[in-house]
Amino acid sequence: MKRANEPIFWSLCGAGGVLSALVGPILILLTGIVAPTGIGVPPEVMAYRRALAFAQSWCGKAVLLAVISLFLWHAMHRIYHSLHDLGIHAGAGAAAVCYGFALVATLATAYLLIVIGF
Amino acid sequence: MADAEKTIEIEVLRYRPEQDREPVVQTYQVPFTDDTSVLQGLQYIKDYLDGTVSFRWSCRMAICGSCGMMIDGKPKLSCKTFLREYYPGKLRVEALSHFPIERDLVVGIEDFIGKLESIKPYIIPKQSRTLEQGEYLQTPAQRDQYEQYSSCINCLLCYAACPQYGLNPKFTGPGVLALLHRYNADSRDQGWEARQDVANADDGVWGCMLVGYCSEVCPKGVDPAHAINQNKVNSTLDYFGMLKFLLPKGAAK
Amino acid sequence: MSARKPYVRSMDGWWRKNPYFTRYMVREASAVFLAVYAVILLIGVFRLSQGAAAYGAWLAALTNPLAIVFHGIALLAVAYHAYTWWKVMPKTMPMLHVGGRRIPEIALSAVGWAATLAASLVVYMLVRGVS
Repeated sequence: MKRANEPIFWSLCGAGGVLSALVGPILILLTGIVAPTGIGVPPEVMAYRRALAFAQSWCGKAVLLAVISLFLWHAMHRIYHSLHDLGIHAGAGAAAVCYGFALVATLATAYLLIVIGF
Repeated sequence: MADAEKTIEIEVLRYRPEQDREPVVQTYQVPFTDDTSVLQGLQYIKDYLDGTVSFRWSCRMAICGSCGMMIDGKPKLSCKTFLREYYPGKLRVEALSHFPIERDLVVGIEDFIGKLESIKPYIIPKQSRTLEQGEYLQTPAQRDQYEQYSSCINCLLCYAACPQYGLNPKFTGPGVLALLHRYNADSRDQGWEARQDVANADDGVWGCMLVGYCSEVCPKGVDPAHAINQNKVNSTLDYFGMLKFLLPKGAAK
Repeated sequence: MSARKPYVRSMDGWWRKNPYFTRYMVREASAVFLAVYAVILLIGVFRLSQGAAAYGAWLAALTNPLAIVFHGIALLAVAYHAYTWWKVMPKTMPMLHVGGRRIPEIALSAVGWAATLAASLVVYMLVRGVS
């Protein structure tokens, strides 16, 4: 039987799964509900100057890249396999779209973080 | 004298290849008491109501693995399921899901047998051993790594439970992969190498999406989901060439 | 010449027929919300790179009631992901023993759930500390 290449995607999926299990809920809560409504934290936490300073720091870049990229590698791996569960047999084309999207998003994020400066 | 005899309605999905184009439900009224199993209910049907009903059974004590079927949509051993649980309603009995129906409640299991053979379901010793060397010694912790997987009775409930097997019959499947692990994890066995081709394939451990229903329905507590997903880690380490550093020669993780 | 004519049943609607399977599909569907959230963050980084006005527009969009509702649902979905992730995590590990007794899976899951709580607290404090 031919050896699967799944381990590559499973590893990326696993890393994203752990990261999103650890900080996914709190990030969604903070950036999507608490900061926009101002309940629980002052809305300034996401203000331009702070966000820019964060994105320009090495630590901030690492966090942003890890979160966006790994969340997507995890999600696209699951979505790809869910297509099969839903009876959609799109094969290599679907894999290219799903993992390609995660790859493009990773590269785009890295590029933007460089453009944002230091 | 005991209470008046109760009767329960059992719907059986019939399929006679010589006369049916597709399966059809047939209903029977079956008397039962508190300790009547679904298997005994079927035996009553066959003995007194309709001798043409076909089903597999043997030990009637949940150890031979012959009597698996879908009971109200859930894979169960009919000898271990009791009619009293469904009364006063009725129950529907069908052949195990995800297998082709041969006749009535009998499914074709050649696919499973072939897969079972493919994983070499026997101890492949690390080194040949003479009688003079005596027996293998194994600590309780070593035995715990594989003991529950050795409880598999090949009843196929896990295959009926696994939607990935239903969607892709080429998937090696929970029971066989659990047995693959039972041998790999046994300290007497060579371990990973002997069975890695089956494990590493797309239809090996990678066909599993951790739905987890296999472990829910297993009547012997084998937990195939654990065996498979533990081996996704092994398969990944093997893929990146790291497995040999983590396993002493021949031992399994 | 065989009288065999095996009948293969359809898999249509398989996940609607058993609540266990429906819960599995809900678990997998949480990935969609995770993906959309990651894209929202990506757009935020993009807007950030375009300057204060563009980033301000992104922030304003987040205050839209529809956005709040989406994040509310996404929070539930990703929280469910976190819960089920640690629930199944022990299935990837070998049997572990302490003092000759096997460590039960729920104990390992509890470590994971605790880690999520701890990480959430750390993130919240870091974000609040930014003043």
